[in-house]
Amino acid sequence: MSSARPSPALNFSRALETAGAWLLGALWILPLAYAVWTAFHAGEYSTHFVAGAPLTLDNFARAWAAAPFARYFLNTVLLCAMILAAQLVLCTLAAYAFARFEFPGRAILFALVLLQLMVMPDVLIVENYRTMGALGLRDTIVAIALPYMASAFGIFLLRQTFKTVPKELDEAARVEGCSPLQVLWKVYVPLARPVYLAYALVSVSFHWNNFLWPLIITNSVESRPLTVGLQVFSATDQGIDWSIITAATLLTSAPLLIAFLLFQKQFVLSFMRAGIK
Amino acid sequence: MTRSTQWLYGWLLLLPAGALLALFTHYPAIATLWHSFRSTPRGSRPSTFVGVDNYLQLADDPIFWQSLTNNLWFALGTIPLSIALALLMAVWVNGKIAGRGFLRLAYFTPTVLPMIAVANIWLFFYTPEYGLLEQITGAFGLPAHNWLGSKNSALAALMVVTVWKEAGFFMIFYLAALQQMSPQLAEAAAIEGASRAYFFRRVTLPLLMPTTLFVLVNAVINAFRLVDHVVVMTRGGPDNATELLLYYIYEIGFRFWDSAYAAALTMVLLLLLGVVALLQFWFLERKVHYQ
Repeated sequence: MSSARPSPALNFSRALETAGAWLLGALWILPLAYAVWTAFHAGEYSTHFVAGAPLTLDNFARAWAAAPFARYFLNTVLLCAMILAAQLVLCTLAAYAFARFEFPGRAILFALVLLQLMVMPDVLIVENYRTMGALGLRDTIVAIALPYMASAFGIFLLRQTFKTVPKELDEAARVEGCSPLQVLWKVYVPLARPVYLAYALVSVSFHWNNFLWPLIITNSVESRPLTVGLQVFSATDQGIDWSIITAATLLTSAPLLIAFLLFQKQFVLSFMRAGIK
Repeated sequence: MTRSTQWLYGWLLLLPAGALLALFTHYPAIATLWHSFRSTPRGSRPSTFVGVDNYLQLADDPIFWQSLTNNLWFALGTIPLSIALALLMAVWVNGKIAGRGFLRLAYFTPTVLPMIAVANIWLFFYTPEYGLLEQITGAFGLPAHNWLGSKNSALAALMVVTVWKEAGFFMIFYLAALQQMSPQLAEAAAIEGASRAYFFRRVTLPLLMPTTLFVLVNAVINAFRLVDHVVVMTRGGPDNATELLLYYIYEIGFRFWDSAYAAALTMVLLLLLGVVALLQFWFLERKVHYQ
């Protein structure tokens, strides 16, 4: 894109673009920077910005002590792990069926699966709440996870990937006496590893952040994930002590944020991969 | 493998995922329709068939209409802006711009944060008197304004948060598409003497059509699906100014426990999403050029 000797006009427009990009970048990072400032300073500094104001971890300590965040963390980790494990198994099996088996009703069943891309569990909260009551599962982590375990997005993504696996590899494995499930495990799954990684990152960040359904279906410390715990904490306990609320906010997002900063490239690549159809 | 074993394998592999999908997507969608024609059971009074009563109530409910218009304005205000910004961001961080790594990070970070956390941060940002926004406008001598407490600005304030959160997410998809485009296209255009703006308009944009459609559908769905920020920041207020459809469903279903009326409201939402799906298919058929 760069020519050997750009004209002054081009140089000027480039400079303007760079300035615009930086202005936007600054606007985008500002709310976060503000939150970090507030969380790491004593309350009296939360609205005036003095260079060299003393840093403190006190807000984090007080937030941690004021609500059972350790339990919330455990719940969220369990929730994400449970959903991801189920999704990987269920979506792999279903995707394999759609990619490599001929059976009556395949097209219509696939369409029925894709329906979930539009009609997501997030929208069907009233009926799913009723169902969970009938199953006696209200206020459990399993109840938060169940509606998301079979994911149309995951099935679609893996089906596309499995379809690109050469049929010869499949046949070679069968000639050697592998059963269909062994073929899946030895040929398809290893070849789809980057897609699995991408899907796992997208899934974990989605469910770590999910809020409305967990808010509805949970009612106790034992089952609440972090997002709901944070809401309960900031809505009722704290009045308007922003230093503590922002500290708690950063606390709940910290694992994902740190993981993102460490594995930035993989994150971005994963989201890209998940988006390319 | 014989044909019948093929069938058997196909169905068995599909069974676990299919059963869960049926139980938590297809059944509730149908049950919603069924319950929208019945009354909410109250105490000793069981649910009865009431025909279209719930829909009549809905047609007469000003809050429903307001939530619907709010939601349309919300979609109209957030979607084009976040898509345009996403495209701009992608073009910038795809080119050779100074500080590209930092910019990518800055644009994408809001995507990783939970909406609930983001909403808390912005709530503080908008706080009257001592929030950051008030301080900035105060420094310019502008009068104080309660951004979330005023009917005129509350929905717009939520839109800003949404655009901020989503633009970076959509940027990723544009970035992916841009990186797949052959650099020879730009070189050929440069040799032909086409300006960058012309090239962008006539080559890049059309090639990005599939991505735009994908992003657009996601953006529309999100505009109707995501109400976390409403729960944290305004609870639908002031005076229903930020009442969005799904939030209204949540209020009716889980605060007033009127599950029948909530079912009727959910049907409206499902209908809207269905229209989006149909439009997407129609558009895919005719307008999008795949490479």
